[in-house]
Amino acid sequence: MAFDKLELNEIEVWDGNYAAAQALRQAQVDVVSAYPITPSTAIVEGYAKFKSDNLVEGEFVMVESEHAAMSGCIGAAAAGGRVATATASQGLALMAETLYQASGMRLPIVLNIVNRALAAPLNVNCDHSDMYMVRDSGWIQFDAFSPQEAYDLNLIAFRVSEDHEVRLPAIVNQDGFLTSHTAQGVHTLSDDAAFNFVGEYKPMNDMLDFEHPVTHGVQTEEDWHFEHKARQHADTMNIVPGKIDEVFAEFEKLTGRKYNQVEKYNMDDADVAVVCMGTSVETAREVAGEMREKGIKAGVVGLRVVRPFPFMEIAETLKDVKAVAALDRSAPGGAAGMLFNEIAGSLFNTDSKMLLSGYIYGLGGRDLTKKHLVDLYTELQANADAGKLLTKQQQFIGVRGPKLAFL
Amino acid sequence: MANTGWDEFEIGAMLRTFEGEAGDIAGTLQEDRHYTQNSSFTASVADWRLIKPVFNKDYCIDCQFCWVYCPDISIISRDKKMIGIDMDHCKGCGICVEVCPTNPKSLLMFPEQADEETEIARWPSKEEKEK
Ligand code: SF4
Ligand code: SF4
Repeated sequence: MAFDKLELNEIEVWDGNYAAAQALRQAQVDVVSAYPITPSTAIVEGYAKFKSDNLVEGEFVMVESEHAAMSGCIGAAAAGGRVATATASQGLALMAETLYQASGMRLPIVLNIVNRALAAPLNVNCDHSDMYMVRDSGWIQFDAFSPQEAYDLNLIAFRVSEDHEVRLPAIVNQDGFLTSHTAQGVHTLSDDAAFNFVGEYKPMNDMLDFEHPVTHGVQTEEDWHFEHKARQHADTMNIVPGKIDEVFAEFEKLTGRKYNQVEKYNMDDADVAVVCMGTSVETAREVAGEMREKGIKAGVVGLRVVRPFPFMEIAETLKDVKAVAALDRSAPGGAAGMLFNEIAGSLFNTDSKMLLSGYIYGLGGRDLTKKHLVDLYTELQANADAGKLLTKQQQFIGVRGPKLAFL
Repeated sequence: MANTGWDEFEIGAMLRTFEGEAGDIAGTLQEDRHYTQNSSFTASVADWRLIKPVFNKDYCIDCQFCWVYCPDISIISRDKKMIGIDMDHCKGCGICVEVCPTNPKSLLMFPEQADEETEIARWPSKEEKEK
């Protein structure tokens, strides 16, 4: 059955959810199997509307839970289809078990996560606890800072994920409400240009290839499990980063929009820097600019690719910086924060004399204001001048009550 | 509660519903109950609402469907009579309107800023049944 194409304006006013839905439509996904959850609902709702308007050819499968949603995606991907879905927070938690099936079976699936806090206490607003929860699930993870990026990174994610050398599922993160529900001008690709970029889906070892029957999801025990996981890890570390760069470069050629695994701002000569993700990057960039006017050489590192973690590039970017703050938007639960840990891991065996401190901020949608960042940069500069940490290593930004600091 | 620090909350995000013992709450009217200041009762969700239910007494048959189905117990009912909507706790979902069985409906959704009296004055008339 033929489907209709959509004439898009060069710039459309889209929020992050709708931008992601449009990308799924343009990629002509074969199966979207989904269960709604705030704040990601509008992605699959938008896709369902495209389906009812005959703008997509694929199947839309309504299921009874997020666990079933991802299970449906896995079945469809194993059968040989291009597959995508979306979720957030508790929904992702319910999906977690199946995420490992998808990555271990090496099935290319694109999952949009609209970052939201995990209960309890119940909260629908943004933080990164859901992203952190599944960080070791073997999925590639991209992070969009704006609706434009949510659109672009979805198209990019299909390309990376479906590459026959990669064949790993990919997550595109965006901040709940801050990105997902904030409409901005989004530069679009025409349906043809977008589809040509993503490309016709070429399945590998699919179950619907009746000439060559295969079993997916086998049992391996101690004989083979380790080797499979080692292979998966090796591919993620060795092959994926290069593929991501390749696809980023091709995307730039097509659109002029340049993406990097590590997004640097004012980093060439920075003395002090913050490393953060999501919408905070833009706020930090603005404050960094203002700090420069005050004579503080401030920079910002935005993390575009969460997994595989760009260790080398982070180390290279931060090697001459004097004081760095890792901003983690997730409740640490008795640890230092993922970004802090990974950055420390990137630099520990290098010659860098960098002072690293960790900040927990923005839990459950609490704002990160410019004032917070001005104070933060000032503190980093004081650390840099003193040549040692003047505060404790881990602090909390913007929590009411007495100050919290540890380690 | 707005300025309570992290060290002042009850562990586990627990809220005490009433000051002290609850007593015979079932037999006490809502307005007479001694709710605590940090219970959900004092937390308004009115700012979630984009459209609001408007109640037209003229057609209401006091069937209590709206009271049963409202997910936020925002229908105010006294002696089995529907008397109005608790606008602090109504989030504007429109379920009450869906379940209202009268013709025309006794509850309809209007934009939040609509003037209730004006809307009631031009309430829709009875719909003819399609054969
Ligand atoms: S609109 Fe929803 S919340 Fe408000 S009174 Fe009706 S059913 Fe209750
Ligand atoms: S559902 Fe309609 S008729 Fe029934 S009590 Fe409510 S307003 Fe009245």
